[in-house]
Amino acid sequence: MDLFGVPITALMAQLMIGLVNGCFYAVLSLGLAVIFGMLHVINFTHGAMFMLGALLSWAGLHYFNINYWVMLVMAPLIVGAFGILLERLFLRRVYHLDYLYGLLLTLGLTLIIEGAVRSAYGVSGRPYGPPPIAGVTNLGFLMLPNYRLWVIVASLLVCGATWFMIERTRLGAYLRAATENASLVEAFGVNVPMMVSLTFGFGVALAAFAGVLAAPVMQVSALTGQTLIVIVFAVVVIGGMGSILGTVVTGIGLGLVEALTKVYYPEASSMVMFLVMVLVLMVRPNGLFGGGE
Amino acid sequence: MSGTPALVLDNVRAWYGESLVLQGVDFQVLPGEAVTLLGRNGAGRTTTLRAILGLTGRRQGSIRVFGEETLGQPTYRIARHGIGYCPEERGIFASLSCEENLKLPPLFDNGSPGLSLDEIYQLFPNLAERRHSPGKALSGGEQQMLALARILRTGAKLLLLDEISEGLAPVIVDTLGEAIRALRSRGYTILLVEQNFHFAAALCDRLLFMEHGRIIETLTPVQLEDQADRVSRLLSV
Ligand SMILES: Nc1ncnc2c1ncn2[C@@H]1O[C@H](COP(=O)(O)OP(=O)(O)OP(=O)(O)O)[C@@H](O)[C@H]1O
Ligand SMILES: [Mg+2]
Repeated sequence: MDLFGVPITALMAQLMIGLVNGCFYAVLSLGLAVIFGMLHVINFTHGAMFMLGALLSWAGLHYFNINYWVMLVMAPLIVGAFGILLERLFLRRVYHLDYLYGLLLTLGLTLIIEGAVRSAYGVSGRPYGPPPIAGVTNLGFLMLPNYRLWVIVASLLVCGATWFMIERTRLGAYLRAATENASLVEAFGVNVPMMVSLTFGFGVALAAFAGVLAAPVMQVSALTGQTLIVIVFAVVVIGGMGSILGTVVTGIGLGLVEALTKVYYPEASSMVMFLVMVLVLMVRPNGLFGGGE
Repeated sequence: MSGTPALVLDNVRAWYGESLVLQGVDFQVLPGEAVTLLGRNGAGRTTTLRAILGLTGRRQGSIRVFGEETLGQPTYRIARHGIGYCPEERGIFASLSCEENLKLPPLFDNGSPGLSLDEIYQLFPNLAERRHSPGKALSGGEQQMLALARILRTGAKLLLLDEISEGLAPVIVDTLGEAIRALRSRGYTILLVEQNFHFAAALCDRLLFMEHGRIIETLTPVQLEDQADRVSRLLSV
């Protein structure tokens, strides 16, 4: 069976890969959007935090024999704590300045983090070894490795939990309100400076979580974050800052679009996102799901 | 009246960036008192309220809330001494519903119970009808009522209210006036900022006139009537 000259099984296989990539994009851009909403900082370190998550998970296994499941919890906690430290030491000083300062600061931090990792480990990817979940599932049209299935489930769970926390809890109400008017929320007696730190920590912990998920399927190296961050920026711009659901849908959608392009016109697959971005911004300058700010 | 004042400002100076806006503000508000700040546009009344909460730039002098010096404290700590703030721009959160806005400010654990949701809806029946509407869909009057209503649940005892009568229909202004009277009878301490001195004079014990970031005159509502000419000169542009 063919669809426009491509066997349907090959197409499905590519779409499945696209779905997995889309899940990484969704988790990463979710963290980026939450951070931007609260701190008004475009966090360039996001890709580096993803890389750190993957590296920690690899290092945990190879140096200390700590298994994947432990690192899936530990790495986000460690990276989140590191993020809180960075927020307290550096980011806090640029909130009252133009966006550009936050961008430059986080870019600088990224170069330091990536440089440090590069000098310690080089730039070549480190193979993680066999994925922690073995086996394949026969979906009929496609043999899907169980680990990839887990990546999809875990990503969607994390996105769902984040949505619930922000839209349905009291802490989330503070967060949404502080996104609109932080100083008024603080004037009600809410410890906003701490909320800001925790939000940054949580956002980068999401990136690290995605990194741990990715370690067994992508060969993660010091520079992996660089390619990814550009795509994730595109996702956030296309989706708009408006809604969590919008960010997640956009992330997954773009993963699929990228996969389809790989099938039908591989030459364009690395730039199709940016084409979509240009088209969306021409029609909706605030992004697909963005409010009118 | 005896006891510690609810609020004391002692030679308070406050800056926005490089510009000195409050140039030495002195006044006190006793517990249960209602005091109004009057003045021309730009006199520094909003800045006074913001300075109390630490929302301006650098501050100097002394600001004591229920006896405690707050000058070095971050905004959220200052608020927890029992302050409720209703800002000039109302600050209704557009993405939260009316009732979410109402329930947003956390309750202070200072032992003084605030109004219950039922009592608040009795005071402002319009809000009960609109409880599920998003903040951005409320009318100006509803937003103003909500901005006042949401600081009454928290156990705040000192209310800082910035131009709550501004730009509203007379019937809404009356509702707000009634609410202020009800709050006074419950022992709240109130610092009002007003343009409309008729509204203020009927509600408060003293009126302070500000100019260029200083208090230049203090009158009681009775004195205000006797000196109507001078007052309009003090406030004319
Ligand atoms: N964020 C700010 N940055 C710099 N200057 C400010 C800021 N806010 C107010 N000012 C200045 O401080 C002075 C006092 O302003 P304030 O808002 O306190 O006046 P006001 O008495 O409340 O008058 P009104 O509300 O009628 O305009 C004004 O000269 C104003 O230009
Ligand atoms: Mg004002």
